[in-house]
Amino acid sequence: MIQHPAAKNFPKNVDQALKNETLQGTLRQVSGGFVDSRATARANLPEFDSLRDAARYMKNHTLQHLDLYLEEFEQAAKNAGGHVHWAENAKDAQQIVLDICADTNAKIVSKGKSMVAEEIELNKALEENGYEVVETDLGEYIIQLRNETPSHIIAPAVHVNKKQIEQDFRIAHSHLDPDRSFVDSSSLVREARHVLREKYFLADVGITGANMLIAETGQSVIVTNEGNGDLTQSLARVHIVIASLEKVVPTLDDASTVLRLLARSATGQPITAYTTFSSGPRRASDPDGPEEYHVVLIDNGRSKMLGSDFQDVLRCIRCGACMNHCPVYQAVGGHAYGSVYPGPIGAVLTPALSGVEDNKHLPNASTFCGRCEAVCPMRIPLPKMMRHWREREFEQHLTPAAMRYGLRFWAFFAERPKLYHFCTRWANRVMHMSARGKGRFSYLPFASAWTRYRDMPAPEATTFQSQWAKNRK
Amino acid sequence: MPETEKDQQDTKNVGLFVTCLVDFFRPSIGWAAVKLLQDAGCTVDVPAAQTCCGQPAWNSGDRSAAQSLARKIIETFETYDYVVAPSGSCAATLKKDYPEMFADDADWSARAVALSTKTYELVSFLTDVLNVTRVKAEFPGDATYHDSCSGLRSLGIKDQPRQLLESVDGLRLLEMKDAEVCCGFGGTFCVKYSDISNVMVGNKSRNVETTHAPLLVAGDLGCLMNIKGKLAREGKNVEVRHVAEVLAGLTEAPGIGDQK
Repeated sequence: MIQHPAAKNFPKNVDQALKNETLQGTLRQVSGGFVDSRATARANLPEFDSLRDAARYMKNHTLQHLDLYLEEFEQAAKNAGGHVHWAENAKDAQQIVLDICADTNAKIVSKGKSMVAEEIELNKALEENGYEVVETDLGEYIIQLRNETPSHIIAPAVHVNKKQIEQDFRIAHSHLDPDRSFVDSSSLVREARHVLREKYFLADVGITGANMLIAETGQSVIVTNEGNGDLTQSLARVHIVIASLEKVVPTLDDASTVLRLLARSATGQPITAYTTFSSGPRRASDPDGPEEYHVVLIDNGRSKMLGSDFQDVLRCIRCGACMNHCPVYQAVGGHAYGSVYPGPIGAVLTPALSGVEDNKHLPNASTFCGRCEAVCPMRIPLPKMMRHWREREFEQHLTPAAMRYGLRFWAFFAERPKLYHFCTRWANRVMHMSARGKGRFSYLPFASAWTRYRDMPAPEATTFQSQWAKNRK
Repeated sequence: MPETEKDQQDTKNVGLFVTCLVDFFRPSIGWAAVKLLQDAGCTVDVPAAQTCCGQPAWNSGDRSAAQSLARKIIETFETYDYVVAPSGSCAATLKKDYPEMFADDADWSARAVALSTKTYELVSFLTDVLNVTRVKAEFPGDATYHDSCSGLRSLGIKDQPRQLLESVDGLRLLEMKDAEVCCGFGGTFCVKYSDISNVMVGNKSRNVETTHAPLLVAGDLGCLMNIKGKLAREGKNVEVRHVAEVLAGLTEAPGIGDQK
C-alpha cells in the first residue's frame, strides 16, 4: 500500500515533489495550458465578469437561506420518486451508501468522478465491505490503478505522463495482447473505454457526484467530457448521487449561470462535452434509467462554516482555476499538499474540514499573490481567508516560535520610532561596511534561507531617514 | 512673486511613507520619489515617526502587533492631504488592510478609512491623481517591467508605470513572459518556504533573461531584491532598479545589489 502524503508533512512533501523529475516534467507541460485557454474563453465572452458577479450574488443568497433551499430540493426530488438522505459526517455518508448497496445485493459499483467521495473515503469503505469499485472517469481510473489520490480536482491524473499510463495499462489489462502498441494518447483512451464499457453493464450501483443540485426541480447536474457519468448513472440499477450541502442552487436559470462560468474557468471550454441533468428514477415511459434514485446530502463540516469567516468558500464550484493559476501549485503539484483539495481552495477548505492543527502549513504556503482570487469565477477572497487561518494559528500558538518571537521583536522596535531609527542606522552601517563595496552578499548567517538560493543585495550607505534629517538641517 | 491663494490651495501636501525596506536598503528610491512628487508640484514631507506599516505581522496572523503599528502610521500620516508610498504592497496595506483591521473598532475604523482614501502607490498617484502623462528623464536602452502582485491585483497598477516608462527618452519597454506572475518573494514566504520560492524566482529570472533587456524595473523593493539576488546568483548580468529611479532620472548610483 502506497503511503499517501499528509498535510502536516508539507515541507517534506515539497522536497520530494521538487526532486521528482517525472512530476516536474508533467507540471511544466500542463501549467500553461489551462491558464491560456481560460484567458481565451474569458476574452471571448464579454459578459464573463458580470456573470461572475451574478453567480456570486446568487450563491451568497442561497447560502443565506441554505436550509430552505435544501428542503425545497428534498421535496422536489421526493416528488420525482427519488430518495433523499442526510449525512452529518463522512461515516454517516459511507453507511448510507453501504446500506443502499446491501439492499441492492450489489457486487460491482461503478463511479463517476466525485471529490466529495474522496473526502469521505468512499472507495475504501466500499472495498472493505467487499464491493468491487470501478472508476469510470479516465483520470480517476488511472489513479485507481496506481493506488493514488487525485492531484487536481478536475484533472485527477494530471501528474502522470503517457509512458506511466502505458505501463499501468499493460499490468492491469494483462488479458489483452502484450505486443500491442500505444501510438498516441487516443490509443490509451480507446483501451480504457473498451475495458470500462464491459463494467458499466455489470455494475449494480452507479455513484456520481453532483456539480449542482437544483432546488426547484430536484435535479442533480454533472458535467463531464467523457460521457462516463451518463453511463454510470443510467446503466446501473440504482443511481446514488453524493453531494455536499452547498451544491444546491435555487433554479434552473441559476444552474445555467454557473454552467456558463464552470467550464470556461476550468478548461477554457465554453461548455463541457456532456452536461447531464438527473431527474429521478426511470418513469414508465422512459426507455432507460435507474430503477432507484438516491441523493445523499453530506454536511461533513459545511454547516459550521456558515456564519463564520469562511462562509464565502462555500461558493466554490470546484473548477480548479485557483490551482491552475497558483505558482505554488505549479511548482509542487497537488499531492504535496497532502489534502483532498489541493491548491488555494484546499488551503482554505481543508483546515475547515479537518482542523487547522494538522493542516497548518496549507494557509501559509502562499505568497498572497492574489492570482487565485483574480481568476475565481465565484470571486472567493481566498488570500483573505488564508490570512484568517494564519490568525487562528497565531492565536493557538501553532505559528513557529521563531516567527512569533521574531515578529514581536520587530514590532517592539517598530513601535518606538526613535529607537528604531537609531538601531537601523547602526545595522545599516554594519551591513553596508561588511559588504566591502561588493554590492551584495552570497552568504549571510542570519538569512541563510535567503542566501541558500540567491544573493542578498547590500544596503546603500546610511538610511533614508538619516539622509533626510541631515538634508533638512 | 508671492504665491497666490489659489496656488497654495492647489499645492498637494504629501506625506511620503518611505517604507522600511527602502529606508534601510535603498534610500535612492526615497529620493527619486521625493523628486517625482516635487516635480509634479507637491510639497513633500517625510515624518520621522514612521517605521513599518505592520504588513508582516498582519500577514502572519499577529493581529495585535499589526494593529498597534497601524495606529502609529495612522497617527503619523492623517494630517497630510495624501500619503504616498513607493511600493504597491505597503500602499495596499494602508489602503486595503487597515480598514479591515479596524472594522470592529468604531473610533479607529473611521480614521483607518479616512487614511485609506488618501493613500496611493507612487506611480499611480502621479498618473491617476496628478494626471502626469510623461516624465523628463533619459535612459538609453531596453528595459522590462515586472508587475508586483499587490500593486497589480490589489491596486490595479498595470498601465500606469508602462505609460510613464514609455515617456523616458531612449527607453524601449520589452514585455517578458508571465510579467504578472509572482516572483516568489511574498515577504516571510521566501524564507519560510525557500525551496518553492526558489522555483518561482528561478522562473522569473529565466523570463527576464529571455527578453535580453539589460534593465529590469518594478515598483516594489522586496521583489527587486529577490529577483536581483537570483539573477546575480545565476551570473546573469541584468541591472535592477525601482521604477521611480528611472522615472526620476536618478540612475547614477549602481543598480540594486551592484558594485560601485
